[in-house]
Order: sequence, then C-alpha cells, then structure tokens
Amino acid sequence: MMTFSLSFNGTEHRRPSRLGRVLEDRLPYLIVAPAILVLLLVGLFPLIYSLIVSFQRITMTDNDTSFAGLLNYAELFRDTRLWASLGHTAIITAIALPLELLIGFLMAQLFIDRMPGRQLFVALLVLPTVISPIVAGATWRLLFDVRFGPIGEILSFFAGEPIRILWTVNPAYVYPAIIICEVWQWSPFMFLLLLAALSNVDQSQLEAAEIDGASYLRVLRAIILPAIAPVIAVACLIRGLDLVRIFDIIWALTEGGPGSMTETISLYTYVQGFSQFETSYTAAISFLVIALLTLITTLVLKRMEIAR
Amino acid sequence: MKLPTRKGRVLVLRYIGAGVVTLLFLFPVYWLFMISFKTPDEIYHVPPLWMPGQIQFSNYYVLFKDGDVMAILNSLIVAGVSSAIAIILGTLCAYSLARFGTGGENLAMWIISQRMIPPIAVVFPIFLIYVYFGLVDGYFGLIVLYTAFNLPYVIWMMRGYIVDVPLELEESALVDGLNRWQVIWKVVFPMVRPGLMATSVFTFVFAWNDFLFALVLTRTEVITFPVMLTHYFGGQSNFWAKIAAMSVLGTLPIFVAVTVMQRYLVRGISLGAVKG
Repeated sequence: MMTFSLSFNGTEHRRPSRLGRVLEDRLPYLIVAPAILVLLLVGLFPLIYSLIVSFQRITMTDNDTSFAGLLNYAELFRDTRLWASLGHTAIITAIALPLELLIGFLMAQLFIDRMPGRQLFVALLVLPTVISPIVAGATWRLLFDVRFGPIGEILSFFAGEPIRILWTVNPAYVYPAIIICEVWQWSPFMFLLLLAALSNVDQSQLEAAEIDGASYLRVLRAIILPAIAPVIAVACLIRGLDLVRIFDIIWALTEGGPGSMTETISLYTYVQGFSQFETSYTAAISFLVIALLTLITTLVLKRMEIAR
Repeated sequence: MKLPTRKGRVLVLRYIGAGVVTLLFLFPVYWLFMISFKTPDEIYHVPPLWMPGQIQFSNYYVLFKDGDVMAILNSLIVAGVSSAIAIILGTLCAYSLARFGTGGENLAMWIISQRMIPPIAVVFPIFLIYVYFGLVDGYFGLIVLYTAFNLPYVIWMMRGYIVDVPLELEESALVDGLNRWQVIWKVVFPMVRPGLMATSVFTFVFAWNDFLFALVLTRTEVITFPVMLTHYFGGQSNFWAKIAAMSVLGTLPIFVAVTVMQRYLVRGISLGAVKG
C-alpha cells in the first residue's frame, strides 16, 4: 500500500489545469486571506486610526488635528468621573461574578444526577442566557416597577406589609437591581458550563471516596474542584471580560443613573464619545480600557498556566 | 403501604428543587410574555394581575400597523447575512489553521485576541470611519461589522471541530483523486456539520443581540430590534405593551434556534472550553 504525503503538490493522480494547480498550491493562504482581511479592516485599522486620534485635539466644535502629545492621556488622571465609572464597573463585576459562579454551581449540583425530564429543565433554564441583554434589562425594569411591577407585590406578601421600593431610582437599591438582573441572565450560563464539567469528573474516584467515607466537603475540595478548575477559570475569564464591558443591561435599567451612580466605563465612554463628542479624549479612554483589559487578561492567563 | 426509600425521597426533593429554580428563572419571561397579551388597563392595574383577562393580540397588531416590525426584519437580514458570511470565511480560515498550521500559534492567538477587545473601544473610531464613508444607517456597514465581530469566534470553534476529523479520511479521499476543495466539501464538511450548526446559531445570536454597535451605527433605516426597544422607553412613562410585544417577537427566532440546537449548545457557548 502506498504511503501518503499531505503535500498539496501530490497531484500525481490527475493533471489539473494550471489555474487549478496554482489555486491548490496556494490554498492554505488563499482561504485564510479573506477572514484576516476583514479582521484587519474592521479590527486593527480602527484601532490604529483611534491611536492617532488620541494624540490629537479633535472635539465636536474643533477639528484640530494638531499633535497634542500626551495631553489627552494626562487628562485621564484628572478625570474623577472616569475613575468613578471604573469603580462602579469593578463593584458590579466583583459582586456579580462570584454570585453567578456560586448559583451556577449549585444549580449544576442539583441537576448533575440523571432524572427523568432533566433535559427539559436544562432546555428551559437556557432561556435567560440567550435572550438579548437589552430585553433582559427591559424585563427587569418592568418587574421592578414600583406601581404595577410584581416584585413589590411579592415582597409585600412575604413581609405582610406593603413594600414599595424605587429600585432604579433609590441609590440604595440600584446596585442590587443591576446585579439581580445580571445574575439572573448569566447564572444559567455558568450552570451549563459547570454541568458539562461536572459530568466529566472521574466517577470511579468519587465512588472510591464514598466507600472511604469521605465527607462531601472533602470530596469537593480534593476531587471535584481540582477537576473542574480549568472550566471555572475559562468561565470566569469569559464572564469577567463581559462584565467589565457591561452596557446593555444598565442602559435598559438605569441609563447610568441616578446621576452617574451606576455609570460603568462603557457608559462613560459612550457619553464622552456620542453626547459630548470629545473625539480625541474618547479615543484615549478607549486605549485605557484596552490596556486595563489586556493587563487583567494576561495576569489571569498567567495564573491559569501556573494552575495547570 | 411502603415507606419511600431514601433514594426516592432524595429524588422527590430534587424535583422540588428543580421546580423552584426553574420557576424563579422563568418567572420574568412568563411576566413579559403575559404583559404582551394584556390590555393597557390590565398592564397598569394595581395590584398587578397575574394573568391577562383574555389573550388578545392588539399589542402585536400595533407593531405591525406602525411598521415597527421592520426592526425585526432588519435584524433578520443583518444577523442572517453576516452569520452566513462569517461562517463561510471563518470555516475556510479554520481549515487552513487546523490542517496546514498556517501562521502557527501566533496567528491563532491574534485572532482570538480580537475577540477580547471591548466593543466600546472600537465602536468610536469605526463610527468616525463609517461617517466618512457614508456607511452609517445602512445594511452593508452593520453586516461587515458583525461579520468581523463573529469571525474570531467561528475560526476558533471550527478549528477545534476540524482538528477532531480523522486525518486518514482526508488522506484516503486525496488518494482517490479528489482535490482539496472536494475534500473540504465532501469529507470535512459532513463531518463537522453538527459543530457548524451550533456555531451558526451562536454567531446569529451574537449579531441578533447586539445593542451597542446598532445603537451607534443606525439612525432610522436599519434600526435593529434591540434599538427599537429602547425607543419605547420614555422617562416616566414607558410603553410597556410595545416593549413586551417587541421583546417577545425579538426572542422568538433565538428561542426556536436554540431549542432545535439544544444538543450542541454547551460547547458552542464556551468557546470550546468544555467538550459537551
């Protein structure tokens, strides 16, 4: 039997046309090119353009393309509203991410063993995660409504007295409102990932531990968590990056208010770019965001490498 | 009479738990759905009504009459076309990366890093460029953007699926005299079809759900449904009937797609992190 080489020149069997041969010889590059071209055009080109703009002095009223040096970047450090927005982003991420992970894990534990109808439950629980975040935000705005929203009614029922909370207006409740919506939408995402990860845990190890009479907490710490750690890391990375750029849900729920209390970095960048039209300054903010995200991602990935 | 065994009791408890969890997570969807069938009186009724008096479709009828459903049509066009292009270009690119190692690990990493860039960081320069070229508020601009947005995802996912196709299959097809294109079309494509389906659904969902790009880059002509939704918010008085009906219409296509693709979901959702 003839051994086979994977070279694309191996056209002994047939003599294709010259064009056909060229197409086949260059195929690896030909089929990569269109995708890379689109990515360069829409991904890289705007970034470079934006970098140039960030060193200029363009605003809505003034199209001054003269070189401004690091002026815009220096301005970043004096902008208290910018740092406040980063703070809001950090708070939301720091609370929502662990909550989603924990709730997702508990849900996965609940459904890990097979039972009739499990598939249906899982199918239904996917729904919050796949609907549009703007729909999720709108839905919760409706639920939270102080007059005809059902949440006030439900809380009143359990409290035994009328409870009326201005969820999206009262400073004490806007963060809970955002986080409830966020956790509602993304815990099922964690659930799906963890359910798959948990079903891949080595069953024989679990059985051995059970025979040895190990407690659940011990099994969790010694067997389950190490086995699903890589998936938890990836899930946290994906969700973490999403949370840092949170926009839709807040737009629908509070639009950054009251005042700018729930303004995240994405909302602030949007305001600077599209209502203040501080063109050059917005470009500088964009690069601050990219730098921060790159830093975080690199650190997390480094840690993941070590964990492996 | 027999007492239930321990196992039986645990199962009952798990069903109760499953029921409560599902109820909690689906209640908001239920509420939205019900609002879409209520009359204005019922929507603004205090205390809130748990069920509409009768199912009526006037909230949907208004959307059709006012032409607001164009937003759904726009979303379908933009998400559909951009997904199709992203899938074709991305799968070919993924094949080259998987089989020929084109560009090595560096190219693959660069591609996935494109996915990590926050949209807010690129939307502004893109907006400026689009204004310059007159691409704002047109199908073409959004389609190009969503294609680029989805390409890293498609490439990353499909590379994983293609690597899993046994090399021997392709080799024997080549021996049989098929050329590369035929191998891709007749051997690889059928093998990765389930993965391709799942990836298609997710590219569609990403483009369908996008709000930020559409908010910035549309005005009146190609408004997509999430942007249309925010038009119904108005300070103190929100048009809940319209919001609910539009939300339901906008969730329907995703609901159908995801239900059909249920089996392939997990791997699709996690950038291939879990082989589910």
